[in-house]
Amino acid sequence: MSGDTEDTGETLGTRGDIWGHCGDIWGHRAAPAAGMSSDLDVFVGNTTLIDEEVYRLWLDGHSVAEAVARRLRGGVLEREGTSVAVLQSDTRDHYRTFQMLERLLHVPPRLLQQLLFQIPPERQALLVQRYYAFDEALARELLGKKLSKGTKKELDEVSARTGVGIRSCRRQFDNFKRVFKAVEELRGPLAENIQQLFLLPPPLARDYAAIVFFANSRFETGKRRLQFLSFADFAACAQSMMGHWSQGALAPEAAEPDGDLPKSFLQDLKELKVLVTDKDLLDQHKSLVCSALRGKISVYNELEASFKALSRALVNVGGKLTHARDVRDFFVDLVEKVIEPCRSDKWSPGDLRLFLTHYTAAPRNLPGFRHQALWERYMAAITACLLRMYHD
Amino acid sequence: MPGKLKVKIVAGRHLPVMDRASDLTDAFVEVKFGNTTFKTDVYPKSLNPQWNSEWFKFEVDDEELQDEPLQITVLDHDTYSANDAIGKVYIDIDPLLYSEAATVISGWFPIYDTIHGIRGEINVVVKVDLFNDLNRFRQSSCGVKFFCTTSIPKCYRAVIIHGFVEELVVNEDPEYQWIDRIRTPRASNEARQRLISLMSGELQRKIGLKVLEMRGNAVVGYLQCFDLEGESGLVVRAIGTACTLDKLSNTSAFLPACNSPSKEMKEIPFNEDPNPNTYSSGPSTPLKNQTYSFSPSKSYSRQSSSSDTDLSLTPKTGMGSGSAGKEGGPFKTLLRQQTQSALEQREFPFFTLTTFPPGFLVHVGGVVSARSVKLLDRIHNPDEPETRDAWWAEIRQEIKSHAKALGCHAVVGYSESTSICEEVCILSASGTAAVLNPRFLQDGTMEGCLEQRIEEASPPGCGFCHIPYDELNMPFPAHLTYCYNCRKQKVPDVLFTTIDLPVEAIVVGKGCLIQARLCRLKKKAQAEANATSISNLLPFMEYEVHTQLMNKLKLRGMNALFGLRIQITVGENMLMGLASATGVYLAALPTPGGIQIAGKTPNDGTYEQHISHMQKKINDTIAKNKELYEINPPELPEEIIGSPIPEPRQRSRLLRSQSESSDEVTELDLSHGKKDAFVLEIDDTDAMEDVHSLLTDVPPPSGFYSCNTEIMPGINNWTPEIQMFTAVRVSRLSNINPTNQTLNKNFNDLCENLLKSLYFKLRSMVPCCLCHVNFTVALPEDELVQIAVTAVAITYDKNQALQANKAPTEKSQQRASTDNEEQLQFPLELCSDPLSAQPFSPAKEVLEGASSHSGIPAAQRVLKSHSGSWFRAGTSPEIATSLEKASPLAEGYLRHRSVPSCTNSTVSVVKMTPLSFLPGAKITKYLGIINMFFIRETTSLREEGGVSGFLHAFIAEVFAMVRAHVAALGGNAVVSYIMKQCVFMENPNKNQAQCLINVSGDAVIFVRESELEMLPVQPSTAAPQPTSSAGDVTT
Repeated sequence: MSGDTEDTGETLGTRGDIWGHCGDIWGHRAAPAAGMSSDLDVFVGNTTLIDEEVYRLWLDGHSVAEAVARRLRGGVLEREGTSVAVLQSDTRDHYRTFQMLERLLHVPPRLLQQLLFQIPPERQALLVQRYYAFDEALARELLGKKLSKGTKKELDEVSARTGVGIRSCRRQFDNFKRVFKAVEELRGPLAENIQQLFLLPPPLARDYAAIVFFANSRFETGKRRLQFLSFADFAACAQSMMGHWSQGALAPEAAEPDGDLPKSFLQDLKELKVLVTDKDLLDQHKSLVCSALRGKISVYNELEASFKALSRALVNVGGKLTHARDVRDFFVDLVEKVIEPCRSDKWSPGDLRLFLTHYTAAPRNLPGFRHQALWERYMAAITACLLRMYHD
Repeated sequence: MPGKLKVKIVAGRHLPVMDRASDLTDAFVEVKFGNTTFKTDVYPKSLNPQWNSEWFKFEVDDEELQDEPLQITVLDHDTYSANDAIGKVYIDIDPLLYSEAATVISGWFPIYDTIHGIRGEINVVVKVDLFNDLNRFRQSSCGVKFFCTTSIPKCYRAVIIHGFVEELVVNEDPEYQWIDRIRTPRASNEARQRLISLMSGELQRKIGLKVLEMRGNAVVGYLQCFDLEGESGLVVRAIGTACTLDKLSNTSAFLPACNSPSKEMKEIPFNEDPNPNTYSSGPSTPLKNQTYSFSPSKSYSRQSSSSDTDLSLTPKTGMGSGSAGKEGGPFKTLLRQQTQSALEQREFPFFTLTTFPPGFLVHVGGVVSARSVKLLDRIHNPDEPETRDAWWAEIRQEIKSHAKALGCHAVVGYSESTSICEEVCILSASGTAAVLNPRFLQDGTMEGCLEQRIEEASPPGCGFCHIPYDELNMPFPAHLTYCYNCRKQKVPDVLFTTIDLPVEAIVVGKGCLIQARLCRLKKKAQAEANATSISNLLPFMEYEVHTQLMNKLKLRGMNALFGLRIQITVGENMLMGLASATGVYLAALPTPGGIQIAGKTPNDGTYEQHISHMQKKINDTIAKNKELYEINPPELPEEIIGSPIPEPRQRSRLLRSQSESSDEVTELDLSHGKKDAFVLEIDDTDAMEDVHSLLTDVPPPSGFYSCNTEIMPGINNWTPEIQMFTAVRVSRLSNINPTNQTLNKNFNDLCENLLKSLYFKLRSMVPCCLCHVNFTVALPEDELVQIAVTAVAITYDKNQALQANKAPTEKSQQRASTDNEEQLQFPLELCSDPLSAQPFSPAKEVLEGASSHSGIPAAQRVLKSHSGSWFRAGTSPEIATSLEKASPLAEGYLRHRSVPSCTNSTVSVVKMTPLSFLPGAKITKYLGIINMFFIRETTSLREEGGVSGFLHAFIAEVFAMVRAHVAALGGNAVVSYIMKQCVFMENPNKNQAQCLINVSGDAVIFVRESELEMLPVQPSTAAPQPTSSAGDVTT
């Protein structure tokens, strides 16, 4: 009958996915188990027991043996007066449960709907949150990288650099990729989409939105001069950029996905070049800003000296965003052409803030400049990014 | 055509990808009932199809409705090749067939495939329109309610308890050797699932017919099992207790008629059985002639292959004509006669109940059991049930005669089981011989006439302990003493029973799980030789199991066992015995003496020293256990001198009539001594081993208690948090040259480790008690032992427990009770206002009559327990009615709550418990029994995580399917849940495994007591909603 042949194919197909990951974890055990005895040992509760400590160990990618060793070091034996065998059996039970849950954790709404495991809602939330929580060091490494197989292969190095276990690295990478794939084509605010699809708490969803945003635009973050920036810095920048620039920010029923910056907006940014290409405008802009800041800023002289360079840098960064290749350099440019000069001139963050406020406001009074709304929308994100990034 | 079944297929979700090319599925559904099949349209290219079908209508007769399951098959449409099955859902529509249960089945069901497990879910709505058709000759028994619960279900009252019903159906097993199959595994698994489902339905219908014949309307304690005999067939058999139940709202229904007792004065021959025994009778019919000439008195022919041991059980009305109850006759005889007359006409006066209405159980004789070894390949006509019927009839007959030998006319807590290995089958039956109060057994007899006197003769706190047999003509040697509670009747020194601890029993301290474990090697042999060697071993095993139980009981300083279940499992080369029971200290029985060791070679100095060392260890253990289980029975002389606490004194005023005669005291002192200490003779190394093994049982870690009965004696302040679980272990007893000793040790370790592991797993619930711990042992292959445990962990409030203990009178003696709220209520009321007991004057009268020769503390207990139970009897109708009024509301309220939760698509919580109740909750409605049978098989064992991964997933799936069915019935819990079978087979070389699981229970709706209180007060406000949903969510 057709059933049988189809069966094996199906089995390997779907089950492979489910248990593929566990191959690793059980690997070391398979050999002795086959020779010794069948050693069946299971515990199933009507309410699924979740041990937070063991979940942690599992998420960190420890094998059963490692997990048992760590639990032993934690002093469970002394506390509970039990035996190593009991601890092993318990750990295996939990690991099996987690492996069965993993398939559902990939689609958190299914965890809520599924009937296989009866888990109280607050426990479900905990499972999802912990599963999608990530190491910032790892996320920092991967920011702006293409979430491809190639990148996944490099995870060994990333693991070595960040000290995050390789299995955990792979799981986190897969999480990034899964979220990325799921929201790639969706319209509307990225963070909200992620929150809905993966049932993450808002802050975590915002972080994922940043990761997706970076992966989408492929911003360069790995350069040496960007090393002082943390994941949180970039995430904040991504949020400001999406918040001010994306189409969703203007019209909620936007036509384009949130992760992509709207083409028309980027195209329009070219219009702003007039601020630096038109000599008169540039001079007037400078005098407006300088007169406003005189006496209010400690680095007035430096400002006066570097205004034109700064303004060129600030405007050109936007103008370049239409070309994907130049987009990559967005943060490099900001650091190289704005942050580093200011830093070497010993601007305080307050100076920078004041400068940027007036710098943004001034063109309103420039005769013949008709792009004030666009300019302010552009500068809002740039200002937020720069202020966030302006630290050591 | 008395019924119309209507089915609607709404939607599916999370279907598996069936088309690799598109990563989608073109799903449609086949709905089959009997021989009729309907199909939905194909919903193309979706993993979440919305069929929203029309109502498929099946017009069927109710016989078919009872037998057939509704089969729903989800398939993937394929234009070019055969459609691929995704999976199936079997829905038992029985709950829709009686008016009081569910009215609609509606919800998400897991789509189950025997090869792949759960593959998505399907939303189905099922309704039944029954036409009232009072056909006299009908074959159906629609309307008879079934309960797995082995007590009278909580929202019912037993009007009459009719007695034993049994039935057995046989069929060919579609696949008895799964490895050597020809068709696809899926096809044979499904054939088997379908067949068992069909047979279960048929069996239930036939049992229902018998109940109707007896004029009952329900079966309580329904236990259905299947025997995979292999080549000779597949047997599905069931036993239960027929009852007439009355929903508690119906206060008017019951009109007791004061019939006169039967005139028959037949004296019961006590010594019918030449070699009877309290605890167990050996295998009384080891290998009887296989061509047992049983002539069934069946003249009518139903085309079905049913079993009929032909019980014309219906009690004949008007049987009790004649003179009125003889006032002058000695009560015991009278009672016996009446009970007898009530029971005599029944072929088997057996009751599968383990908990009884107050006053039902008069005396308990002890455990009776019978086993017999049969050869399956010698069944003359394997497709017909006659041979098996004859086998069981034989065993039941034996049980009956054992009970008679104990001076009892009835057997309670009765159960039957089998163990099969190849062609050998051990049939076992056991129960507790008892004398019952006839007033429950037939229509109105004795009601009113004898009620008073029955109570009088047997104070509820201790009455059941009093020996039912003749003191001068004892069926076995036993030490008898006067009851420590009432001083009036004789009691044995220990009491073993298969029932739950009676609610009214007076217990000292807490109880504990006691297990006896035993292995016996047996030579591999064929056929008769094999059967002979097994039957030769059985009596030794029974003896040893009993000895172990007795020793362990004494080691814990206790004197009675409840819920005793002895399982003997047969394997290729060994027999295993596992007995589980809950030990308690009954205040009515004498304090157990210690265990004394006696060596055989008294002149050897070091040996002597060793012995004394052991003796010390044993004594220490006993002392430790007494402390652990809080067994400190009242020091009688001290109490008699007079307690300095004024309050008990005050109460003693009510019990003025106690004599404090000193000769009574001296008699007590005598029995207090060590005169009946248990002597263990150590005459060889075996015996030494035995003593050692006695001491290896480790008590549970602090904060844990365990028992295998419904409730833990001595704990009554349960919190609502429960966790039901199943644990399965298969272990290899890998010894090259196994001996009985090493096997025993391995087996013992296996059980102990399993328990340890449970305690560790559940450590977060401390303080908690594992209740209804149910071990089952199987020997699937040479050297492989499989142990499956199902139990429920319930947390309790430690602080409250401490407070209760502080109360002086509560200190050592506590009444066992299932209803914790009542437990809390009554003692409080009694303590605060002694006069509150006054209105219940019967209690006082009884007391004065009954306990005129007892010591004070015991009498206090009597008052307490006694008036407690009276109080309950008096108030329960009121409680019930208010509850009943509340319940429709509660239900609507529940429904209401479940609607939004459905739209939110979160899954409603379904609790499962092996107990008949949920702590802190009231069961408001029974929705019908759940009886499910699943097969799971894999050809990719390693990929699924090995045997453990495979079974773990399967058990989780079984739980999920049970919960889904309960939720679809509108329920939120399963009570009396039991995993009756878990047959696991593996073939690691072929990367294959197969497992069969059979579970059952009662689907119910419960309402939290906290919510219940709220409901009548503010019925229309939405205020309680958030709290209730929160409560729902927490577990």
